[in-house]
Amino acid sequence: MIAVIIGVWSMIFLGALMRGMIEDMIENGIATLTGHIQVHHKGYRDDPVIENSIADLNTIESALESLLPPGTQWTPRVRVNGIASNARHSDGVTLVGIDPELEAKVSFIGHAVTQGRYLTLDEENGILVGKALIDKFETKLGRKLVLMSQDTSGEIASRSFRIVGVFRAEMEATEKQFAFVTMHAAQRMLRLQGDISEVSIRLKDQGETDRVTNALKETLPSAYEVHSWRDLLPLLSAYMRLFDGFMWLWYLVVFIAMGFGIVNTMLMAVFERIREFGLLKALGMRPWWIIKEVLAESFFLLVIGMAIGNTLGLLSVLALSGSGIDLSALAAGTEYVGMARVIYPAVSGKDVAMANLMVFILGLLVSVYPAAKAARFTPVEALAHT
Amino acid sequence: MGFNMNIVECIDVKKAYRQDTLEVRALNGITLSIQKGAFVALAGPSGSGKTTMLNIIGGLDTADSGRVIVDGNALEDMTQSELANLRLRNVGFVFQAYNLIPVLSALENVEFVMLLQGIPPDERRERAMAILDDVGLEDMYNRRPAELSGGQQQRVAVARAIVSSPSIVLADEPTANLDSKTGKGLLEMMKQMNERRKATFVFSTHDKMVMDYARRLILIRDGLVADDQVREGGFRFAIFD
Ligand SMILES: Nc1ncnc2c1ncn2[C@@H]1O[C@H](COP(=O)(O)OP(=O)(O)OP(=O)(O)O)[C@@H](O)[C@H]1O
Ligand SMILES: [Mg+2]
Repeated sequence: MIAVIIGVWSMIFLGALMRGMIEDMIENGIATLTGHIQVHHKGYRDDPVIENSIADLNTIESALESLLPPGTQWTPRVRVNGIASNARHSDGVTLVGIDPELEAKVSFIGHAVTQGRYLTLDEENGILVGKALIDKFETKLGRKLVLMSQDTSGEIASRSFRIVGVFRAEMEATEKQFAFVTMHAAQRMLRLQGDISEVSIRLKDQGETDRVTNALKETLPSAYEVHSWRDLLPLLSAYMRLFDGFMWLWYLVVFIAMGFGIVNTMLMAVFERIREFGLLKALGMRPWWIIKEVLAESFFLLVIGMAIGNTLGLLSVLALSGSGIDLSALAAGTEYVGMARVIYPAVSGKDVAMANLMVFILGLLVSVYPAAKAARFTPVEALAHT
Repeated sequence: MGFNMNIVECIDVKKAYRQDTLEVRALNGITLSIQKGAFVALAGPSGSGKTTMLNIIGGLDTADSGRVIVDGNALEDMTQSELANLRLRNVGFVFQAYNLIPVLSALENVEFVMLLQGIPPDERRERAMAILDDVGLEDMYNRRPAELSGGQQQRVAVARAIVSSPSIVLADEPTANLDSKTGKGLLEMMKQMNERRKATFVFSTHDKMVMDYARRLILIRDGLVADDQVREGGFRFAIFD
């Protein structure tokens, strides 16, 4: 009984924690510019050079308009690799030209600026950089930063921007990697004439990712490539699978421990009643009835244990859903795998149902052993037992 | 005709128990038959094989060799499930101890066999009450076994054993745990049941007082029938003289 309670509780609680962790990681990855789905010009993913830009945004726009479910947000972007430099330092960055209004609805940058301000619509010189980059470049708000990259004609384009805002991100790497300017500014600098690098789409419901991705793939001309976040964040998807596997492993471990508990309890109950079973058999009770009797008993044991375990599990999740578990002390380590600094447990109905179903079915299965044992006593042996 | 009159027919029944490497020969070839309506005692010293014999007749245990026919059924040909059914329908048991299901009341214990037989609740209750009245426990329907004396418990056990009118009641030392007065009462009662309900009773004992109640006495020694007498006046056994 206690084994069942602890088992169910830990399965639900730890399951929710892990689910929360994974969902956070995905959310993080998706909000860090990825989105749920991206559209690129063919070849851009393998070779993200300026030549692989999207020229006719209109085709894509009309396809998106007809295909995307309501509530979906999307934004075009210019995105190139470049070098940022000031008097002291220089380093590679990814220059992202955004539509400030649309971008804010899709990625984290809209609400990540902690110093200065966000970009305005037609701003020419403003640039947003991460806190980590500022520190590394030993610069600050209001100073200049020179960006260099290859333009459409193969020349090195270089342009000086003024730092108007500093953003924070969950991960330091993000802060160091990205620098944001307006799309206009980027297009002008790179002589793109209205071309863009990618379209990033954020769905209202992540579950629709695959369906929408496939629909877009079918509709858009072959000059474009459509990728879901699963393709775009292969490491994250791999982690997710790993976590899923880990969760199963955890279930297994819990279950084995619990299984022993159940078998033990039931065997003890059976041995305690060995004379009674013997008597019942002597009186003409069929072995099958005895099996049913024992199984019914473990059924009640399981149901009660599960009820308590579920209640405890959901209560502990509820208790933590307000504040979460703060991992910031471990942030340096967790950041490495893209985890959030604070974990909020996430209860998924599927996980809870799985845990319960598994405990229940396997619980009854392991009870078959004591039940069969009870049924196998011959009345003579059982009655001789004192 | 004569065959039909026999409720139990044993032919050269042998049974050995294996204990580690040692073989204990409990029955060494018992041949006997018991008539319908008989009131028979199996007597013999401790370890002679009385319990083993009763268990085999009741289908609780199986013989190694030989034939056992109970109420026309050859036990050696029956499956566990068929044996269970035979015990349920044709045989009533009274054990030496631990006869009752501890969590059930006296009435429920008596009803239990009828429940397994699928008799409807009203009839069950009525018959259980009637039989408990017969054995003099009319005030104790709702007592648990723990709240009954040993003699009362044995009476409930006898009531349960005969309530569904089995063809044979097997009682293994039914009076062993009772003082002689209570034991006598129980035997009186069994005898009445035998006469009134025409139920066959086979009981084992090594108590001389109990043997005096039997109308036939089968003496077992070393797993063999040593003597077999029908009462006319009184028994005379060499070993007890
Ligand atoms: N389960 C068993 N395992 C091994 N030996 C057994 C078993 N049951 C009985 N025996 C042996 O078989 C022989 C006959 O036993 P049984 O119980 O039939 O004797 P009994 O006549 O009923 O004796 P008692 O009067 O003491 O009850 C004895 O020697 C006993 O030790
Ligand atoms: Mg005995």
